[in-house]
Amino acid sequence: MFNFGQWTSAFNNWLLGSGMADWLAILIECVIIGVLILLTYTVLALFYILYERKLCAWFQCRLGPMRVGKWGLLQVFADMFKILIKELICLKGTDRFLFKLAPYIVITSSVTMLACLPWGNGLQIIDWNIGIFFVLAVSSVGVLGILLAGWASNNKYTLIGAMRSGAQMISYEVSLGLAIMTIVVLAGTMDINALVWAQEDAWFLFKGHIPAIIAFIIYVIAATAETNRGPFDLPEAEHELTAGYHTEYSGIHFGFFYLAEYLNLFIVSGIASLMFLGGWMPLHIPGWDGFNAVMNYIPGIVWFLAKAFFISFVIIWFKWTFPRVRIDQLLSFEWKYMMPFALANLMLMAVVVALGWHF
Amino acid sequence: MELCNISNGALSITAVVTGLALVFAALLIARLISPRSYSVKKSEAYECGIPTRGASMIQFKAGYYIFAILFLLFDVEVVFLYPWSVVMKSMGPTGLLCIGIFMFVLIMGLAYAWRKGALKWE
Repeated sequence: MFNFGQWTSAFNNWLLGSGMADWLAILIECVIIGVLILLTYTVLALFYILYERKLCAWFQCRLGPMRVGKWGLLQVFADMFKILIKELICLKGTDRFLFKLAPYIVITSSVTMLACLPWGNGLQIIDWNIGIFFVLAVSSVGVLGILLAGWASNNKYTLIGAMRSGAQMISYEVSLGLAIMTIVVLAGTMDINALVWAQEDAWFLFKGHIPAIIAFIIYVIAATAETNRGPFDLPEAEHELTAGYHTEYSGIHFGFFYLAEYLNLFIVSGIASLMFLGGWMPLHIPGWDGFNAVMNYIPGIVWFLAKAFFISFVIIWFKWTFPRVRIDQLLSFEWKYMMPFALANLMLMAVVVALGWHF
Repeated sequence: MELCNISNGALSITAVVTGLALVFAALLIARLISPRSYSVKKSEAYECGIPTRGASMIQFKAGYYIFAILFLLFDVEVVFLYPWSVVMKSMGPTGLLCIGIFMFVLIMGLAYAWRKGALKWE
């Protein structure tokens, strides 16, 4: 399989070979990486906004945005410029420092998570040997931004929205972590790159059979709650709380929360594809060498994006299928069903691994 | 990757700085091209048109607090489980026994909280 690491190392050698100081070369590379992350982030967010609007429309037998550009393709650009030229309002009585700090925290945490995802062989920025743990740790920082936003706005709706959102996100983080841990038990590593390579013969969903499938279902439900979407969009329940924690944000300030929400959708889908469906690894079936060779012709980046978009599609589908739950149903569902199930499933996986019943 | 020679710490800092720069740059552009006006009504909190009563930064609803405490316990437990999950495959049945004891204590704790009604929303 093609290794993108060849390009980066060739570029690195070229920079160093041109008689440049080490620190300068590293600085230039970091700046290039930063610009690439920024571009990826923006393009993905724009794509996701259109993706969701079109899907929502099709689920409701509508056409969705059609007027701006061919099939409404330019609608998101129009929206972006519109949101940029809106006034930024900072209301009376808000805690100005925290109010302005909140978007920084929310965006930074999602950018850092995005940088951890591998898009192809060698096409990965941050590769800690505890990669997946790092992603979980960074994802819990995002909750802080939402709580700050709700608290600093000096509005009762935002405060209730933030409290709900905080309670929901921290609760579901437990089962999210346990579902991921189930796969870590199977793989025996937390390094994202090693996790993908471990799925070379078969994806973890097939390798771990029953416990892996249960973990996948738990993960998708927890991820839906974690991104405040679908039937769990209580923090933004329009008929109760206007817009939840970002009611008082206007213009691009609101845009940041919007962006982070869509990017978080991509990130949780990306992690699901990484942990369960092999990330950028093509579909391989042990023994079918001809089939595997044909699958290898499809580039890894296409595999990764296809799996991530498919899981996002499922999460968006949830939103239009199930009615919104109440806060007590939400919390008791997590603590009384999901978390005990995730724990039992973890033990099941441990038994399967200890007895060597996995593939 | 062994092919790149930038440390992960530097890359993580790059990602964080990128996030901060994104917000800063977008805010700067918005400040340059967005209009600005002021009126008394505009700077009031939006609570469906009714004037705000009392302070909004208040303490309320202890229910959330209990769930936060529970989360703290279980998240620490998840942190304890992660190192085990990495070595589980090489430890085999011994690892299973060790975590079985840990899990038993933990589940007793959850059962206690459940019995005491901490999981009930009121």
